[in-house]
Amino acid sequence: MTAAGLIFSNIHNQSIPELTKQRTMASIPFGCRYRLIDFALSNMVNSDISTVGVITHNNYQSLMDHLGTGKDWDLARRSGGIKLLPPFVSAHENRLAGKLYENRLEATVGAANFIRYCKADYMVLSDCDAILNIDFKEVIADHIRSGAFLTLVGKRVDVKKNPIACPVDLLTVDSTGRLTDFEVAIPKSGKHLINTNIMVVRRTDLLSIIDEAIAKGYKSFHDDVMRHGLRRKLFHVYEFDGWYEQISSLESYFDASMALLTKEAQDSLLSCPDRQIYTKVRNSPPTKYAETAKVTNSLIGDGCIIEGTVDNCILFRGVRVGHGAVLKNCILMQDTYVGDRADLNCVITDKNAVIKDGRRLSGHETMPFFIGKGQMV
Amino acid sequence: MFKKKECVAMLLAGGQGSRLYALTQKTAKPAVSFGGKYRIIDFPLSNCVNSGIDTVGVLTQYQPLQLNDYIGNGLPWDLDRNFGGVKILPPYQGHGGADWYKGTANAIWQNMEFINRYDPKYVIILSGDHIYKMDYAKMIAYHKEKGADCTIAVIEVPLEEASRFGIMSAREDGEIFKFSEKPKNPDSTKASMGIYVFSKDVLEKYLREDSEDPSSSNDFGKNVIPKMLADGQKMYAYPFEGYWKDVGTISSLWEANMDLLGEDPKFQLFGDKWRIYSRHEAEPPQYLGKNSKVVNSSLTEGCEIYGAVKNSVLGNDVFVGKGALVEDSVIMNGARVEEGAVVRYSILDAGVVVGKNARVGEDRAKASGIAVLGADYKVADGDIVEAGAMLPKDL
Repeated sequence: MTAAGLIFSNIHNQSIPELTKQRTMASIPFGCRYRLIDFALSNMVNSDISTVGVITHNNYQSLMDHLGTGKDWDLARRSGGIKLLPPFVSAHENRLAGKLYENRLEATVGAANFIRYCKADYMVLSDCDAILNIDFKEVIADHIRSGAFLTLVGKRVDVKKNPIACPVDLLTVDSTGRLTDFEVAIPKSGKHLINTNIMVVRRTDLLSIIDEAIAKGYKSFHDDVMRHGLRRKLFHVYEFDGWYEQISSLESYFDASMALLTKEAQDSLLSCPDRQIYTKVRNSPPTKYAETAKVTNSLIGDGCIIEGTVDNCILFRGVRVGHGAVLKNCILMQDTYVGDRADLNCVITDKNAVIKDGRRLSGHETMPFFIGKGQMV
Repeated sequence: MFKKKECVAMLLAGGQGSRLYALTQKTAKPAVSFGGKYRIIDFPLSNCVNSGIDTVGVLTQYQPLQLNDYIGNGLPWDLDRNFGGVKILPPYQGHGGADWYKGTANAIWQNMEFINRYDPKYVIILSGDHIYKMDYAKMIAYHKEKGADCTIAVIEVPLEEASRFGIMSAREDGEIFKFSEKPKNPDSTKASMGIYVFSKDVLEKYLREDSEDPSSSNDFGKNVIPKMLADGQKMYAYPFEGYWKDVGTISSLWEANMDLLGEDPKFQLFGDKWRIYSRHEAEPPQYLGKNSKVVNSSLTEGCEIYGAVKNSVLGNDVFVGKGALVEDSVIMNGARVEEGAVVRYSILDAGVVVGKNARVGEDRAKASGIAVLGADYKVADGDIVEAGAMLPKDL
């Protein structure tokens, strides 16, 4: 039994425009040192998947920069390894000329050659908006056991605790885990089994989906493949019960980041034995805490210099916090500079932001204050 | 086919580091941890890459397992090259028999074939026990400019310490006229840093002669350099200014770690100009708990701190429990200081566990010396390890 991976790097870009203006969903920084794609990639690598295609659409320079040859994930391989799959636009077919794919099905069709030529029995498909540490070997085993045509990874979420800001698939299953129905909606309350958009399917079955989609002019994975197939084929749901967060808006990005400050998240997501999360190596020096530093309940990347007070924060690599600065509930991305005596609460800064001495900025947990890439306040 | 290289570096990494005792029971000195996320050998290797030298032979002999593992294919230093790159050179069995490396000069002589494959004009000899950032390209340029046969990097040391070093006396233009190894009454303060640039043909000639001399102890400092000087070869001292520390003793290793701390540290690792590379382990970010207190310290990825850390350097994945205190100490990868334990003025090697409420070392002002616990040493709950103790794990 062998498996290959296919990652959709852009699919949810529109749900978090602040952070995807200049990058893909996949390359959104998360958790002091990671990018969102690191979770999908590491999960695959840790599940013995060594051939991974990454489907891109637009804005993918930052993603290419992050992935490089794939060596940080041990995916720089002579055979297999990581393959970037940019949009395929035919110069000769007028119908498609200049037009990029618009949905999951078209994206998958565009990757048909990759799927056709990779030598694996199963394909694991994943988006980049889900943050979890999952063993795909178990999902594949469950898929085989159930005899399903397609297995979706579902997660039960309490919307009250984890609000969802964009439409998701709400799944209905029977006692055997068979998918009986689903609807696409933004749940406002209650507990739901949602689709994480992680799927396992036999490679030849995925190819038949693609062939059928081309032959019959299918447009949508949801309507044409899932809805249509539900009556004829077995769609199975594997329920994931570990730590899970989904990024569906800037607020949910903030919440998911803050959730990392819990022991549960650190143990089951970041420090899971034998299932480490890999990322691009940056060779920062260790972080330095000055005589005046006061840091509590925070996650800190390497290469920071901290001279002020930091509480309930996520600091990425290379952040500077000046003397007398006070940071509470902030997420500061790579190389953010915070001047002396600045006072920040519920602020998210993108890379290379500069906050001058003495500035006071405050957002709210439900509406964090966002400072864009390289902006100066 | 081998492309010609202008300069090949030979890094002497076979030293036992016997004065580091508990830290080098199972590893060679160049593989000893430094500064939280580095090993000593990262400094010469990174210096090579940053100086544009992409062919480095690493001569190993003593306990090479960890070192071999660490260097691997050289990827972290960008030394995984199709031509050149880093190569581990252990002693080997040849046609005429098998020999250990008998001395620094002999180690290079036994690997002359490696050097000659690249047909270099110059060979730079480095050692794996110093912490410093240096642009070797400038030293090689100096060597060329002087038309020297051999150039030795020197650093000014205080006169009272000069008798610990190989001391050069040089004319104003830099030409060396006298060399004395650890002189009782030093007449110069220019200490050899153990970094030599040789013109390759001269090096080969002198190493051959040295190998044929049965009375020689086959050492650069003791034999080769004095002989070259006596023969009137053109030898120059290259003055180096900047931080340089021999970390061959427990106290110098401790001091060098402490030199990283403070607002204006003696040795600066920050800044992009001269980055030091190291082999990376995938660790999560460091977490500082609700009641943690970390001041004047350097921490790296994977650390989990619930207690207090003062004036200390912590490696990857170090755990400090609730109510525990780590002060004036160097804690290496994966060590655990459990709840309520106190560690003062100590060096804990990788994987050491200090049990609950145990005590290691003493307040620096009162302590008789640095307490050192070797890799994987376990201190039982409530036990006391006295200041200045040197405890390797039972092997």
